[in-house]
Amino acid sequence: MASLKDLRIRITSVQSTKKITSAMKMVAASKLRRAQEAAEQARPYAQRMESMLGNLAAGAVGQDGESDLLSGTGKDDSYLIIVMTANRGLCGGFNTNIIRSARQMIRDLQAQGKSFKIFTVGSKCRDNMKREFADHMVGHFDEFGRTGSSFAEAEHVGQSVMAMFAAGDFDVCTLIYANFVSAMTQNVTRQQVIPFPVPEVDAGDDAATGGGYEYEPSDTEILTDLLPRNLAIQIFRALLENGASEQGARMSAMDSATRNAGDMIDTLKMTYNRTRQAQITTELIEIISGAEAI
Amino acid sequence: MADTLQLELVSPAKLLMSESVGMVVVPGIEGYFGVLPDHMPLLSTLRPGVVSVHDGVTDAPAKQFFVDGGFAEVNPEGCTLLVDEAIAIDEITADNIAERRSAAEELIQSAETDGDRAAAEKALFIVEEMARAMAEAAA
Repeated sequence: MASLKDLRIRITSVQSTKKITSAMKMVAASKLRRAQEAAEQARPYAQRMESMLGNLAAGAVGQDGESDLLSGTGKDDSYLIIVMTANRGLCGGFNTNIIRSARQMIRDLQAQGKSFKIFTVGSKCRDNMKREFADHMVGHFDEFGRTGSSFAEAEHVGQSVMAMFAAGDFDVCTLIYANFVSAMTQNVTRQQVIPFPVPEVDAGDDAATGGGYEYEPSDTEILTDLLPRNLAIQIFRALLENGASEQGARMSAMDSATRNAGDMIDTLKMTYNRTRQAQITTELIEIISGAEAI
Repeated sequence: MADTLQLELVSPAKLLMSESVGMVVVPGIEGYFGVLPDHMPLLSTLRPGVVSVHDGVTDAPAKQFFVDGGFAEVNPEGCTLLVDEAIAIDEITADNIAERRSAAEELIQSAETDGDRAAAEKALFIVEEMARAMAEAAA
């Protein structure tokens, strides 16, 4: 049985752990508020962009000179997987879930005999992917969110992806990130961005979409402008969603860690008191039996 | 006929403005165009320039923004502008412009690839347009 001194040391150490986790929870909560706001404010642009693309693409599909970003290269032999995780750990299953989904996808691709390349965002997934797939890594980016102009950063990622696509390095590009639902729930999402899946246009809405529009300059020219921009926007949105998810996951992980530490302190205190009581009783018995013997 | 239209000005970071307005003048790639209520559906790319929002009552524009390019969609519900950046015209200062200009010039100097140079030249072009917009607003 542990001595009283050992127990005391144990209790103090758990208490300081609890202080740290609860402080981390507070920090994550305030960062979450900011990240969630940013993610929500970015949604209108992405939505409007999508509806605009939907209108345009509905008319443009099947036309000559259609962009490869929309129709694909005509094959799906090689994939680019953009995996996004956090830069730091201590956020529950957040990083692990994303990496697991990425591995699953890689394994499926390997089974089908397709080739793949990996672009990582966030140092956690780079470190993890490097162990197994170092030969397939084509790029990395982990500066997101450290400076103010974050859209420029997403654009930068978008540009390097575009350059690889233009060079014919891959046919299909998929983003893997966690979509933010609430502080408790984040869904790991696989989103295909190249070729861009044409959003469904309401069939009944025909007059309002497609044919009714006038284009300035021409629909194909607008598409050539719009598609690379849409790629950057989708990456930007994924980065923001991921940022909010990370903070949410960290907050709930730290919350349960704080609660666990509390429970642990309770049981340790109980053992401590019992041991102390037992020790006093033993001492008393010794004194009494000593006195009786005289 | 409705006498106002819904104008939405959206940048990647947030929804900047969502209001009913009387008329809006937009810097389209092929020239400025005005959008009144019940305008025909239109999609256009934008050039760097000034978006003027009119409330439909007074002649002078109620609000003016400098935008650095993007897209405009006009449909029966209103007008949506997707822009990279929008700055209220009275918030542009000479210092601001000088700062951007020197940053853009530096980029042109340091550009290594054609792509970089084209991007830097575009940035400089935006700065020139911004300076012109400010001068016009002051005049």
